[in-house]
Order: sequence, then structure tokens, then C-alpha cells
Amino acid sequence: MTRLAAARACAMAALVLAGAAAGTAPAGAQSPTSTRAAADARRSGFDDMSPQTQAMQRDDTQNPAMLFVADGEALWRRPAGGEGKSCAACHAEATTSMRGVAARYPAFDAPLARPVNLGERVNLCRTRQQRAEAWRAESPDLLALEAYVALQSRGQAITPPNDDRLTPFRARGAQRYRQRIGQLDLACAQCHDDHAGNRLGGSTIPQGHPTGYPIYRLEWQGLGSLQRRLRGCYTGVRAEAPPYGAIELVELELYLASRAAGMTVESPAVRP
Amino acid sequence: MRPPDRPDVDDPRRRRVIGAGGALLALAIARPARADAGELAAAIAAYTGGREARPGRVTIDVARLVDNGNAVPVTLRVDSPMSAADHVRAIALFNERNPERDVARFALTERCGRAEVSTRIRLATSQRLVAIATMSDGSLWSGAADVVVTLAACLEGDI
Amino acid sequence: MARTLVTVPQGAKRGEIVEIRVLIAHPMETGFRAGPDGQRVPRDILRRFTCRLDGEVVFAAELFAAVSANPYLAFPLRVDRAGTLTFTWEGDGGFAQTETATLAVS
Repeated sequence: MTRLAAARACAMAALVLAGAAAGTAPAGAQSPTSTRAAADARRSGFDDMSPQTQAMQRDDTQNPAMLFVADGEALWRRPAGGEGKSCAACHAEATTSMRGVAARYPAFDAPLARPVNLGERVNLCRTRQQRAEAWRAESPDLLALEAYVALQSRGQAITPPNDDRLTPFRARGAQRYRQRIGQLDLACAQCHDDHAGNRLGGSTIPQGHPTGYPIYRLEWQGLGSLQRRLRGCYTGVRAEAPPYGAIELVELELYLASRAAGMTVESPAVRP
Repeated sequence: MRPPDRPDVDDPRRRRVIGAGGALLALAIARPARADAGELAAAIAAYTGGREARPGRVTIDVARLVDNGNAVPVTLRVDSPMSAADHVRAIALFNERNPERDVARFALTERCGRAEVSTRIRLATSQRLVAIATMSDGSLWSGAADVVVTLAACLEGDI
Repeated sequence: MARTLVTVPQGAKRGEIVEIRVLIAHPMETGFRAGPDGQRVPRDILRRFTCRLDGEVVFAAELFAAVSANPYLAFPLRVDRAGTLTFTWEGDGGFAQTETATLAVS
């Protein structure tokens, strides 16, 4: 069994533990690593970066993503839509109400009968509660607000919801993670499980845990979502990338979150 | 272990497709990077008015191998007391192989207290960086660093 | 108005050297890139940054296209007296923006 296969077994166990402990953890508790940290072979992309890029992320006075977090905080307070309500009108201070929220997305949305990611949840709030227009995927406003909300989970453990309704979607995501695709005929697992830690060109292949989204990616020279990153991988193996919002992408996000269960949220992270 | 319906790895169609992918990658890496030591020397000479800078006192703190050429953290330091009588007036940073030689020019005063500047720069490819410091007495000093820059492993295009 | 992030450490004693950090949201479009239509995207960069303490220039920078997007600058300042710091960015397309911060001496 590869180390990462063993780590996946740990991850599934951590998922069960996290689900069981969710009701009993004291408010404000921060448990950055799973209880099996000593045996956890999982590495965040942070660990594969140079010290200089790590320093860029670690310091809020240097992290370019914090520019967009500031935009997000302003958007949180801005009235929107036919109701003229801001996010704050219902959710008050994000530092309290949004604490831990990003750590448990994607989550199930009952009216749509499917999982949604954090950005989709923001847009559902806009259309359903604020009676405002949904923001386009990857639009600056949506990413800024996502970054601000995700920041409120920083330091917490990725905690996928213990929700049976998610099971078939997660299973499809897991299957897709192992599905060979594209002209290069590669599956996610081949790079990010089998060859994680090796090099592709000059870059170290990360394990691909979504620990810091939305990320400031140096390659993009800007902020972007996990779906953007996934679509980049589809293009990288010369496969047609599903459009933003495609259920295939959310299912992958759901699987990746469970694969990373217990790892620490770093949002908003910097990545090469 | 491949399931029986996967094409054989020696199928000539697969080789052609993989070859095309490889050629695409090779084209991207062979993107022409502008010249060379001669242009760099000329740009520095234009800046200094033809005067020679003495190597020393200037250090360029930069990673030897960068994560991404779009944002390379750099710190320039000059050994100087930064007093009213003896301080660094300017530091200019040049590159060897970007489309343009200039990166940035900094003007310091003795109020800085220390001759040090940090920023993030773009580097198109592996190359040499040169920094020229002008002192309050007019003397010129230089420092250099070589940096390895690779393209991102997967080229994304417009996504 | 571009978003900026200015960091001026507080609580410095007289004579202490602090590090000022400034970040500004700006694409620093180099002018060497081709857009989605294949046409070259025109240059649009920040050209100058100036830091003044009570009106007197203490640090300045001339920026070129090789400076990364969302430019970051960090430079030292000896805290001799309290005062008002003014940070000005100027660039292509008539871009001009000023932010201020207080420099305190403890």
C-alpha cells in the first residue's frame, strides 16, 4: 500500500472522527491537525513551496490575497439587490457567523438536491435572500467575498459534513479522481497520489489538497477558485474542461475535501 | 494493471498524440528570451553615464530556484551606515533576459536608517540580476545574483 | 481607487528602524502579452511610488514592467519623530492614488 493510500485510510477515519466530535468540540477550539497527526503522511501544497513563497502566505501584511479579502469585507457590508440588504444584515459580523463555514463546504443544498461549493452558496444567498443577480464565476466580487468568508475558517480543520445525501456525489467524485482523461491519458491519482513529491518540469507535484482556497496563484497573478485550478488540470492533460458550475467539478471538490479531512484551512493561501 | 480494453502502450496513434503534446511543450520552452550580457552592460552603462561600478557592498537576496517567474521576492541590501554624511542615494536593479533590462530604481534617504528594499519581480527565464548602488559621495558599487526560473509544468491557456 | 494595504509598525521608540510595507492592487500589464483575441494588450503599469514624512520625501521608487502584479514594496524608516506618512502611486492612464498613515513614537 502506498503511503498516500495509507493516508487516505487515515483521512476516512478522521472524517468519521470529525463527524462524531462535531457536536462536542468546545466553541473556539482549534485543532489544526487530525488526531492521527503523527502518522499523517498528507502534505499541504504549502509544504512544497520555497521559503520565500511560504513567507508571502504567512504574513498578512505581505500576502497579496489580503488585498482581495479587504474588498470582500467591504462587500459583506454593502446592501445589494431588491431587498437592499447586505450580508451583514442577516449574518451580522462574519468573524462570528462565518466561523468554520468554509471548512465544511461543499455542502448539500436541499432545493437544488445537490452539493454546492462556497461560491455557489454565496450566489444562492444573493438570488434567494437578497434578490440580487448572481455573480459570474471567478468574478472579482465573488472571489473577494469567498476569500473573506474562507478567512474565517483559517486555522480550523477541514470538516466535511456528515451528510448521507452527499454520499453518491462524493463517490462519483472519487471515481472521477481515478479516471484517466485527456490526450495525455492521465488520472488525478497518477500525479497527485502516485507521483506527489516528484517533479514535473521544475515544479514539485503537490498532493492536491484544497487547503487554501481561494488562492492567490502566482501563475495567475491573481485570486482564483478551486474550480479554476481543476479546469487548469483538465487543460493540462489535454482534456476538455467542464464549464464552471458543472456538477462534475463540485463532485470532485467534494471528494477532495473528504480526502483532506482534518487538514488545516490556510485560506487565503498563496501557491505557485 | 491495465484493463483489457485500454489501447496497448505501443499503439502508434498514442505515440503520435504524445509526440504532439511534447512538441507543444518544447515550443513553449523555446520561446525566445531576449539577449544577453552585452545588452545588460549597455543598459548599466547608460544608467551610470559610462562609469564603472565596483563589485561589492551590494547583495541581492533572491531564491536560487524560484517557484514561479511571475512573482519572485527580492531584497536588495547595501552595506552602508546610512548617516547624513555617508548613505546610499539610489539602487537600480537590472536583468539580463526579460524583454526590458530595467526592473526598478529606488531612491533612498538617510532617514531610511538602513539600505534595504524588498519587492517582487517578474523573471521571464533563468538569468542574471545586477544591482547598482550610488553612494552619497558619488561612488558606484554593484552586486549580482543568478536565478533559475522554469515555466509552469502545465500551460493552462485561457480558462 | 485601487485597494491598498499599508503597514506602519506602531510602538517604535525614537531612533528605532521600522519596516514599512505597502501593497496595491494593480495588474501591472506589461504590454508584452497577447490577449484572448490575439492582439497585444497595451502596457498599463504603475510608474512611481513616493513615501513622504510630513511632506519630505524619505523613499521613492521608479517601477518598470518587470515589477510583479499587485506590487509590493518594503523599505526601512528610522523613527526620529512622529508625523504623517503619505504614500503616492502614479502610473499609466493618469493613475494617481494617495494613502496616509500616522507614524507614532512611543
